[in-house]
Amino acid sequence: MDETDSEILRLLEEDCRTPRSELAVMLGIGEDEVRRRVAVLEDEKIIRKYAAVVDREKAGTSIVSAIIELKVSPERDYGYDRIAERISRFPQVRSLRLMTGTYDLQLLVTGKNMQEVSRFVSEHIAPMDRIRETATIIIMKTYKENGNLYFERPEGERLPFSF
Amino acid sequence: MREFVSEKARVIPPSGIRKFFDIVLTMKDVISLGVGEPDFNTPWNVCEAGIYSIEQGNTAYTSNRGLQPLREAVARNLDQAYGIRYDPETEMIITTGVSEALDIAIRTIVDPGDEILVAQPCYVSYPPCVTLTGGKPVAVPCTEEDRFRLNPETLAERITKKTKGVIINFPNNPTGGVMAEGDLRAISDLVVDNDLVVISDEVYSELTYDSRHTAAASLPELRDRTITLNGFSKAYSMTGWRIGYLCAPQALCDAALKIHQYVMLCAPTIGQAAALEAMRSGEEEKNAMVAEYRVRRNLFVHGLNEIGLKCHTPEGAFYAFPSVKETGLSDVEFAERLLREQHVAVVPGSVFGEGGEGHVRCAYAVSRQNLSEALKRMGAFIESI
Repeated sequence: MDETDSEILRLLEEDCRTPRSELAVMLGIGEDEVRRRVAVLEDEKIIRKYAAVVDREKAGTSIVSAIIELKVSPERDYGYDRIAERISRFPQVRSLRLMTGTYDLQLLVTGKNMQEVSRFVSEHIAPMDRIRETATIIIMKTYKENGNLYFERPEGERLPFSF
Repeated sequence: MREFVSEKARVIPPSGIRKFFDIVLTMKDVISLGVGEPDFNTPWNVCEAGIYSIEQGNTAYTSNRGLQPLREAVARNLDQAYGIRYDPETEMIITTGVSEALDIAIRTIVDPGDEILVAQPCYVSYPPCVTLTGGKPVAVPCTEEDRFRLNPETLAERITKKTKGVIINFPNNPTGGVMAEGDLRAISDLVVDNDLVVISDEVYSELTYDSRHTAAASLPELRDRTITLNGFSKAYSMTGWRIGYLCAPQALCDAALKIHQYVMLCAPTIGQAAALEAMRSGEEEKNAMVAEYRVRRNLFVHGLNEIGLKCHTPEGAFYAFPSVKETGLSDVEFAERLLREQHVAVVPGSVFGEGGEGHVRCAYAVSRQNLSEALKRMGAFIESI
């Protein structure tokens, strides 16, 4: 990873569909070099995936998202790793993190509706061994996700000409 | 009634692009590359600092020189970034934008009849500000062949017994040209031998893409005969906050401070609070903006050359200055027809003085999306000529 790699990552994070030829012009390097660098970034799993950022509310395929916080008794030798690995297998779990603070694990869970989410938590997550306590927090509205705004903000005005 | 308007106010020319404004007002979908300011919003932490200063009731005048912590932060930054040392107590004034700094710098050094060399193409206010003091601006054209750097021979030819000083601006608006240390060395002998004072407007100093900026005052032989002007507008996207600064050896700075306190009193207090925050923690966002300008420059200059507008790669600021000579149109005709026919606004180079004719200034401080749309339209325009 050098400065050019960082620039490539920044540009792809902004728009992963930017053609390699355009990246080459932007960075002032050859197209072959861009391909080679991106291939390395992909091979090393620094680039995990190219995916669309979808505004579900606008798409009308309304889903319910909830943050689930868990208090977990860690396991000898494994700590939180094995239980986290188990929980992460559920497709309903969109993200999973180990946290400092009152709770240990934080999950982002999605479902078609509130019932589905609460059934998932009460039937699959809460009963697991080592889980001592759960808290379910329903997400009401998303304003910003992964650096992307989910609302229109008026742009400041500039004069059409200035020196 | 007799003529109330002074002769000086009468002789300075009006803005060269008034009619372009009028045309733009009749259109809806103009892409403007005519803007001399960043398109980024001021970093939010900087805005918050401004808001907080109002909430705290810090809405009174500051000292004439400006807030002490701000001057200290600027002095530290100038030392670290460019190796130039100014005493924040005696050699610095916070001003209302670089515009004010320029005005008081010129008034500080010019007596009626003095000739001031002005490296051109240049920001439009240098020659009129000299004229208003009773001085005589003398153009020193910088040409494309010299990559828009100041040529020592051209400079030497313009020096007379009346020459008092020289105004330079690198990285340059409108050409994007820069002067490296060696280029400055090449003119410093002339400056010293003829006992000239240098006014160096370095407001684009943070926006260089291929090498670090060299400050004129970093050359020891120039340090004590240079007035350094800089500010927050371009580097931190703070044009509307109106904060700049003037640094000079104490004797010059004392004189400039007298003028500043009579004509301006102090720079805006809210803006100074915001600028202090920019100095303290604006580095990361500034670097991100510079990286984005570099990407846009590469895209845009490549695109210009592809559609047949020859353009040298500008090494600083956020302007491309392509030649339109091969189209057979003058720069004014080119700009006017491009605006009327393809709704893209650029500024004719001739409004920036000698050396600018036959070029147009395109500011790439607009989104990449708008840049590529502008290129498409400019390509179509060139096809249609």
